[in-house]
Amino acid sequence: MLELIVISTLNSILFGMLLFLMASGLTVIFSMLGVLNFAHASFYMLGAFFGFQISRWVGFWPALVIAPLLAGLIGAAVERYGLRRVHRNGHVAELLFTFGLAFAIEEVVQIIWGKSPVDFRVPPALDFPAFTIFSTNYPAYKMFMLLASIAIFIALLLVLKRTRIGMIVQAALTHPHMVGHLGHNVGRIFMLVFGVGTALAAVAGVIAGPALVTQSNMAGLLGPILFVVVVVGGLGSLPGAFIASLLIGFVQTFAVSMNGSLSEVFGPLSPAYATTWLSDIWNVTVAQVAPVLPYVLLVLILAFRPMGLLGTRET
Amino acid sequence: MRKLVLAAAFAFPLCGTALAQETVKIGYIDPLSGGGASVGEIGLKTFQYLAEELNAKGGILGKKVEIVPLDNKTNPQESLIQAQKAIDSGVRYLTQGNGSSVAGALSDFVTKYNERNPGKEVLYFNYAAVDPILTNDKCSFAHFRWDANSDIKMEALTNYMKGVPSIKKLYLINQDYSFGESVRTTARAMLKEKRPDIEIVGDEKHPLLKITDFAPYIAKIKASGADTVITGNWGQDFALLLKAAADAGLKVGWYTYYAGGAGGPTAIKQGNLNDQVYTIVEGVANIDHKESVEFEKAFRAKYNGQTFWYPRAANEMRMLALAAEKAKSIEPVKVAAALEGMDFNVFTGGKGFMRKDDHQFFQPMYVAQFGEMKNKEPFDEEKTGWGWKVVAKIDADKTVLPTTCKMTRP
Repeated sequence: MLELIVISTLNSILFGMLLFLMASGLTVIFSMLGVLNFAHASFYMLGAFFGFQISRWVGFWPALVIAPLLAGLIGAAVERYGLRRVHRNGHVAELLFTFGLAFAIEEVVQIIWGKSPVDFRVPPALDFPAFTIFSTNYPAYKMFMLLASIAIFIALLLVLKRTRIGMIVQAALTHPHMVGHLGHNVGRIFMLVFGVGTALAAVAGVIAGPALVTQSNMAGLLGPILFVVVVVGGLGSLPGAFIASLLIGFVQTFAVSMNGSLSEVFGPLSPAYATTWLSDIWNVTVAQVAPVLPYVLLVLILAFRPMGLLGTRET
Repeated sequence: MRKLVLAAAFAFPLCGTALAQETVKIGYIDPLSGGGASVGEIGLKTFQYLAEELNAKGGILGKKVEIVPLDNKTNPQESLIQAQKAIDSGVRYLTQGNGSSVAGALSDFVTKYNERNPGKEVLYFNYAAVDPILTNDKCSFAHFRWDANSDIKMEALTNYMKGVPSIKKLYLINQDYSFGESVRTTARAMLKEKRPDIEIVGDEKHPLLKITDFAPYIAKIKASGADTVITGNWGQDFALLLKAAADAGLKVGWYTYYAGGAGGPTAIKQGNLNDQVYTIVEGVANIDHKESVEFEKAFRAKYNGQTFWYPRAANEMRMLALAAEKAKSIEPVKVAAALEGMDFNVFTGGKGFMRKDDHQFFQPMYVAQFGEMKNKEPFDEEKTGWGWKVVAKIDADKTVLPTTCKMTRP
């Protein structure tokens, strides 16, 4: 039991931190531009595929740097030449633009790399068990994923809290007009933020690619959950996104390890109801509904605390 | 000039129909994108290869065989759209395999289509969807199945497990849909009868082709103290399950339906599970049968070492040709009648037959074990240096289970 708890805790933190890497970019973009970037997970996928391709040519470590830079440049270009034009037509147009962009990126990825998973391997230097707890191995690569995510989180916090550019970005989160009136080039800040945001997603892609599956539907699998993170955490709140990411990591991982169902808590249904639809609800285990729990959380948050856990601006 | 145009306008559609009759089109509906793509693409290559083989021998009744690829994304709804599209373009034979939920929808669709369009019937050849219901309560005249259904496979698998005393604690992990459900219920029922001493320590269902990391599930299997796992997982869900098991260093025996699929052998080798993984199939590369060995060599040479996964697909295509010759027609209803009750020498050697009552094909089945090759087996898998060894063979007549099918014939 203890073993399960320890391993699940590690797995939860790992999944949570990966979510945060992506959600941090999304949440900053969301609050500054007021746009839910539906294509954010697509940049995560681009990161994974760029990482795969570049690591074939020059190895994994250079790919870890080059792939996010490339994805970030594409992100910045999308903001400068796409979003900014569409912006004139209002938020709905922006939303639709990013929505379409997600499909376009998926198509392009399928054309270039095909529809089946690509063989993105863990670099040999990290392909060994890092340590063994209660006879379960914990792979070194997962340890690396965890440490890299934490390092990036700290770096991001430092940039936002301790540097001049971070202060301007933060100010723009809450008072975008004021920042503009103070003479800062808000347009360029937007472009920069969009580029950095997408690059962050791409970092998560390169890191997660070898451990999970790198294939053309990976954006679709992770996309929806990102919005849960951003909304639950609170719009524009980085610490909020952090807490929400970890929360969802824990909820999902621990739900999988639980076998309880209503019938175990309250006893089986009387035979009269055994064949009705009630029996389905009664016998379903927590583990089975694990994948939908984050969305239940989303609904609850929207109902009882629409600004999210740490959000400051009303939706 | 005007006459010429008019003549052309009339002649072209005629040419079109004439051309359409020159080929036998087979609509291949399977995932060519998404989580099932790795499996679906190899299935497509397999059928194209088999079509070429038939064409090299003069086709079916002198007509060229053509495979029409259609992507269903493992989605029943999408499959029906693709099926309609195929039928509209002149396809009279559909083949599909991945996902019993898809198969159920397709079988239904084809049955209803045939009722509404007499004289334009379509047949559905199922090469891999193994939910028993398709040849029992939901059987249809238009549906033929070449793979053994999951009850037949579980019967053979548990007969083997019966004689393995080291199995004490068993864990079931399956995909949460009709096929996974049928694997877990039959496994429970059959083991209860054959090995009541085995304790079932876990019975897991997880979403189909949606999980990217099985680490939480592996942690749970480990915590349960299981020594053996039964899983019907296929495609990405099998490879990732084994990958996570290898990462965590989980050492258990695996009894599977699809360990031979994409990524499976690699994951087994990485986890160093020598001789720990079993599969139940109608054929593996290392069966001592001259013709299938020759075929395997040629197939691997053409597709860069890819294993020929579907001996049943070869049975399917060859039996289609045979049935058409017997019926002297490629009209689906006549072909179906010729297929019913047909005896056939199967791809890997031995006798098989298509049961008339429910359109289930019966063939010799094998339990195979994956590991280091000791007795100079000719083929390894996925360049791992490890290969399949047959540990048990079950003849076709010993795999026959009763059916509840009540079929209405045209």
